[in-house]
Amino acid sequence: PAFGLFIFTIARDPLRIIILIAGAFFWLVSLLLSSLIWFIAVKASDPQDERLQKGLLIFGVMFSVLLQEAFRFLYYKLLRKAIEGLVALSEDGCSPISIQQMAYVAGVGFGLMSGAFSMINLLADALGPGTVGIHGDSQLYFLTSAFMTMVLIFLHTFWGILFFHGCEHRRWWEIAAVVIMHLAVSGSSFCNPLYVGSLVPSYLLMVAAAAWAYLLSGGSAQNVRRFLLCKC
Amino acid sequence: MITFMNNSDSEEEPCNERTSLMSAESPPVPSYQDGLQASEAGEAQAHRKRRAGSSRGPNNIAGGEMSGSGAPVRESALENEEEELTLKYGAKHVIMLFVPVTLCMIVVVATIKSVRFYTEKNGQLIYTPFSEDTPSVGQRLLNSVLNTIIMISVIIVMTVFLVLLYKYRCYKFIHGWLILSSLMLLFLFTYIYLGEVLKTYNVAMDYPTLFIVIWNFGAVGMICIHWKGPLQLQQAYLIMISALMALVFIKYLPEWSAWVILGAISIYDLMAVLCPKGPLRMLVETAQERNEPIFPALIYSSAMMWTVGMAKPDTAARGPSQQTWDAAEDGREHLRSPSHAESQMSERRNPVPTRPVTSLEELEEEERGVKLGLGDFIFYSVLVGKAAATASGDWNTTLACFVAILIGLCLTLLLLAVFKKALPALPISITFGLIFYFSTDNLVRPFMDTLASHQLYI
Repeated sequence: PAFGLFIFTIARDPLRIIILIAGAFFWLVSLLLSSLIWFIAVKASDPQDERLQKGLLIFGVMFSVLLQEAFRFLYYKLLRKAIEGLVALSEDGCSPISIQQMAYVAGVGFGLMSGAFSMINLLADALGPGTVGIHGDSQLYFLTSAFMTMVLIFLHTFWGILFFHGCEHRRWWEIAAVVIMHLAVSGSSFCNPLYVGSLVPSYLLMVAAAAWAYLLSGGSAQNVRRFLLCKC
Repeated sequence: MITFMNNSDSEEEPCNERTSLMSAESPPVPSYQDGLQASEAGEAQAHRKRRAGSSRGPNNIAGGEMSGSGAPVRESALENEEEELTLKYGAKHVIMLFVPVTLCMIVVVATIKSVRFYTEKNGQLIYTPFSEDTPSVGQRLLNSVLNTIIMISVIIVMTVFLVLLYKYRCYKFIHGWLILSSLMLLFLFTYIYLGEVLKTYNVAMDYPTLFIVIWNFGAVGMICIHWKGPLQLQQAYLIMISALMALVFIKYLPEWSAWVILGAISIYDLMAVLCPKGPLRMLVETAQERNEPIFPALIYSSAMMWTVGMAKPDTAARGPSQQTWDAAEDGREHLRSPSHAESQMSERRNPVPTRPVTSLEELEEEERGVKLGLGDFIFYSVLVGKAAATASGDWNTTLACFVAILIGLCLTLLLLAVFKKALPALPISITFGLIFYFSTDNLVRPFMDTLASHQLYI
């Protein structure tokens, strides 16, 4: 689905592709920094202590979430400047791409990158021979990973929109909500392999975020109804 | 493969010629990426002021030459406007470069991942005589540094040789050399590549069929690259030969040497293009003075021009500025032609080529094209291919390097528009790529692996 999003909405416009790649880059940098921190922490600690390692991992995850959101903010700043430049440069005084579109594309960029990093090794291994869950782990590993990745990509997209909207209108509570949601989703993944604990809340949050982002972007229940009715 | 190795003289020569030529060629002309500006608009305002000053700069640069060439025509309010127009289309040019670079990388990575031949160590180029199979780390490092020095000096020698030939107008010789090396690439390397791919997939092919296929492929390739042909076909061929070249490098360069060479080449590129006495710069200047196109076989062009506008000296005779004016009815085209022809990206050594082309552009409303040197394609692909081949983090590292290189390309294009003079395309991208490769491999990979094993998501 994420690729579908990409092809249908982004691939047409070169500017969006650039923003997408830049978004992916920012996510990557945030990941880099957070893994650096985690790595240092691990090296500095006792490798034998299981609980400590687990604790460090959790700490690493949380820190990474915070860093991602920080980078999203930085990216927002950069895009603001870019928009000003674009407006100044364009002939009719309005920018060829709006901040909302940028928010959407940035969100997709983040999401794609995070999804890719989560899934791609899995996919590569999935091509080879093997049995899932042979050591007593869940057999649904691949499926749940796929679903979780998808929900995360969508979430990143929606968070992008919400975040930028919050920054635009200076509503700090929106930004805080995004951060908390992100933390919640990551936290819920700690319940794995008890998949009910992680997938369900994540999907619920995604639906909530989707509705919120949709409303923010100017949609309404009426639009949805009209859309559905027209098509039927 | 040992025999191959021994033959390497003749084979490697074209390789090196190609790389050195490429590096020599493109004075990293800033690809005219005005359009690119769009995303980095922050600087745009600053640019505008600068632009007013530098007038034709970008346009000339479009030709990819040195900013110097653009100098005369400058100051005109029209230019400012034109520049703005150009800026709008910049993003498109960036994409025009993204796509071939991506394609080349995809081909290289796909081959590396599937065909085992290219990751086996079967010897080394004669240009890297020191082996890396030494027991101690220090020795290995020393060997790789020595290898690098030898390689870089070979490239420098080739480049200077090329520049001298160009200066003394030994065109026939240069053309012959180019034709010979592209012949070698198209036939020999394709044969080997095809052989290996068929071996991997266990597909049988008899010799006559093979002969016909390769003959056709090579002949059409020669025509497309050196003479005229449909643009897309030419682009496809250039991408393919870059990929083949990159695969050869990946196979035959030992590990550490490859990384050190990549780093050294970007430094060299930086110096060769920016220093006043650098060979690339001289090449560009000479070509500009003579208003000649640069060798067609060494630059990737995304514009339509080659078929129509192959270096005709008389048309080339018009200066770049004139070309700007000649083009089209409205300002747009004015802007376009020069930027078009000139947007050579840091193709290292080929500064001039597009001039003549631009003059022809008047006839058609073309999109601005951007040119990038093949050497850059090759080294980007070498980086990504090496990441795919040797990184234990597999796809993550490859993906990270890929994104890093693309962003480096973006930034370079942006800088081009800012500075409006020839800039090397390699340094920024390769630096990003190297940083990301090493950090992803060592830092991110354990993190992601641990996360994945616990199925945690960040």
